[in-house]
Amino acid sequence: MHSVVLTKGVPDFREGQVSFDEDGHLERGATPTVMNPNDEFALQAALQTKVKQGGRVSVMSMGPPGYESVLEEAMGVYADDLYLLSDREMAAADTWSTAITLSGGIEKIAEEDGQSGEPDLVFAGFKTADGETGQTGPQTSWCLDRPIVTHVISLDVDEEAGRLRAKRLVEGDVDEIETVEAPLPAFVVTDPEFEPSYRRAEHRLRHKRLVAETEERVAEYEDHLTTWSAEDLDLDPDFIGLDGSPTIVSGVDPIPKAPSEREATTMTPDDEEGMAELLETMRPMAGGD
Amino acid sequence: MTDEHEHYEAVVVGAGPGGAAAAAVLARNGVETLVLERGVEAGSKNVTGGLVYAEESAPYTVDALFPDFREEATERPVTDYYLHNVAGEKVETFDITDLHEHDTAWSDAVLRRRMDSWMADRVHEMASETGGGLLTDVRVNGLLRERGEIVGVTCDELDPIRADLVVAADGVNSELARDAGLMDWEEPEEWFQGVKAVVDVPPEIIAERFGVADDEGEAHLFSGDLFQDVRGGGFVYTNEDSLSIGSVFHLDSIVEQEAEPHQLLDNLLTHPLLADWLEGHYDEVEYSAKLVPDSKKAANPSPHEGRLLVVGDAAGQMQAQGPIIKGMNHAVSAGALAGEAFAEAKLRGKPEQAGDLYERKLRDEGVMGKLRPKGYRVASALGERDAVADLTDSLVSSSVGRLGVRLLGGAGLLEDLYSSPYLSQIVPDTQTPYVTLPTVIAEELGERVTGEADFEPKDLATRIGDLTYDTDVGNPHIELRDNSVEASGAAVTACPVSARDFGGGCYREETVKTNGSEQKRVSLDTQPCVECGTCAVVADTDWEHPRGGKGVEYKEG
Repeated sequence: MHSVVLTKGVPDFREGQVSFDEDGHLERGATPTVMNPNDEFALQAALQTKVKQGGRVSVMSMGPPGYESVLEEAMGVYADDLYLLSDREMAAADTWSTAITLSGGIEKIAEEDGQSGEPDLVFAGFKTADGETGQTGPQTSWCLDRPIVTHVISLDVDEEAGRLRAKRLVEGDVDEIETVEAPLPAFVVTDPEFEPSYRRAEHRLRHKRLVAETEERVAEYEDHLTTWSAEDLDLDPDFIGLDGSPTIVSGVDPIPKAPSEREATTMTPDDEEGMAELLETMRPMAGGD
Repeated sequence: MTDEHEHYEAVVVGAGPGGAAAAAVLARNGVETLVLERGVEAGSKNVTGGLVYAEESAPYTVDALFPDFREEATERPVTDYYLHNVAGEKVETFDITDLHEHDTAWSDAVLRRRMDSWMADRVHEMASETGGGLLTDVRVNGLLRERGEIVGVTCDELDPIRADLVVAADGVNSELARDAGLMDWEEPEEWFQGVKAVVDVPPEIIAERFGVADDEGEAHLFSGDLFQDVRGGGFVYTNEDSLSIGSVFHLDSIVEQEAEPHQLLDNLLTHPLLADWLEGHYDEVEYSAKLVPDSKKAANPSPHEGRLLVVGDAAGQMQAQGPIIKGMNHAVSAGALAGEAFAEAKLRGKPEQAGDLYERKLRDEGVMGKLRPKGYRVASALGERDAVADLTDSLVSSSVGRLGVRLLGGAGLLEDLYSSPYLSQIVPDTQTPYVTLPTVIAEELGERVTGEADFEPKDLATRIGDLTYDTDVGNPHIELRDNSVEASGAAVTACPVSARDFGGGCYREETVKTNGSEQKRVSLDTQPCVECGTCAVVADTDWEHPRGGKGVEYKEG
């Protein structure tokens, strides 16, 4: 069983990490890049498959050479092999040309693996923290011509039957959980509600062993890293990067800045007068008179 | 899910010394062994006084099973052992190192988090080679049965597991031993309750105040009038860079006196003798508590049922030998014998005989004889009768008794008597040895000590607040079946994290007003529970452990 997890490096949006210029534009150079938080669930799903079925997990990302650190982070969550698709030609890609590039990478893995053929499962997380379109995963699955299951919250793979069974969270007026089956090879988009489940001691023991092995691997992650250019993947330059991106950005709205007049006052519970004042201020917000 | 349960040759429940020893011997004999531990890490649920003993006469010692144990998992060896008889500020100290060293190859102070997690790593390695291993965060909640026979275990976090052997090393409040009817929680007389504070003290201060070198350590015991007539005593043990300071009392006595365990601990902490040791260095890092079975009454002579073998605290194997409490060493012996019994039974092609073999080994190897000494049975039959006890007590405190104490003390005979291993096994569980006699000894023979504590012990709220809990919201692990004061009121005072007129603990008393009438009720909030199980014995509760990884997490133990 071979799973490939797609991941993306995104600006670290946590407080204190992210920098904006005067116009409210993100300063990429000054903001560290981290693995898209939602991809963690995709990695967990792939790990669960590896623990229960055996096999390996590869992680793939498209991005500049600096993205290696993102892949290193992904390796910390149990990957075996890392693939970085990196080329100037790929730059400024929209979701569509990214999907074409990624599918090219997955096909290349299949080609390299020879007899064992294409990866059984491709995992993607639910939308990225920067673009938030949620399109790249489904578009990649379309390029690969695979069945896709989205919003997956739990997953069981029956390797013998060549099938996966998944529970997916269908959000609506009332949230529903739907159970679906799909033939392998398939494409899975995990939901942030995804929770791996290990109900057998055997699986937990294997999980524990894999985690221990991973610790050793992270230190030498570069040995497991393969970088491919557009040429390596034999991609048509017209369909990748900016040239291959049909998306036209009509405008960018600056991120509204926090109102600067906001001030914090420190108050101790012993300060009776202060507390009374505070309660008075809060009263209208609490819906009082 | 599947129609067939997962199967291991042996499942060991609990990764304390008993479970670790069992797993080590099983793995060594090539038995496929799975160890399940409830805490986030082995030792995170455990508390000890504590000294670990290696007895010369024991069939197994922990360092024999785990080489490097003493170098890597223990604190300081005990090189001096003292008993302090206290009456107010008067103290008469006996050197009972001889008693301590009787049948002792070595004895080290330990803290359980460090010790157990170190052993757990070794156990996991050994068990992995058999196809098993050690898993934390898993709570075994009962026995898997088929047609009335025990065939495995059930868990909160895993699907049921079948096993040819189940070793219950799940501690003093063993759910498996109860499930199999091998232990009940009825009688407070069968239990001690220990409460402990770990106080950080730099090694150079320990060296200076106790006069010990790096590889030396001391044990100090306290009895007399500093514990409000509750039967029991206090202890101070030197760790590498901390002190274990605690007290152990008969649970029935705590209930009778309506004593607050944390206050009894404070009495010890603030005694003038400790003032000199702690001056400027009272940095309490952990407050903990546990129940201790009194093996003389609670040790099960036949701790097995079908495929289930019970070891350690779960089988009541905790020996109070006068002032010395030995538990971990017996757990190690029992665990190893259980493993040995199964390996032998399996070799003979009759794994079902493991239980009987285990029982025989416990007896033949002398473990049972130490846990339930014959002499005690004879002496207690007489000495623990109320009339006799009262008579002894008044005799000791009478002028005749006092004269005797003076004469015996003057000749150094008292110290010798206290150092008698035989006498220490048969001391009756009455007020005389714990309170009356030590008080009289101190009054008649003692010297005045003048130290004064330069600190206030931490209050209960802070102690509770400093502990780490992973509260399992929506899954309370204790149910109060009868909330009347008559049935469960004792929990309010006896619970180490509750107190009268204190609202932040586990149990509290509430006044309920209905239609003009007032009624007192016991109310329960399980959040700060330290999982000692006291309330399960003294109150009407349905008590079980929190799920895997949940509840209190001791960093020291």
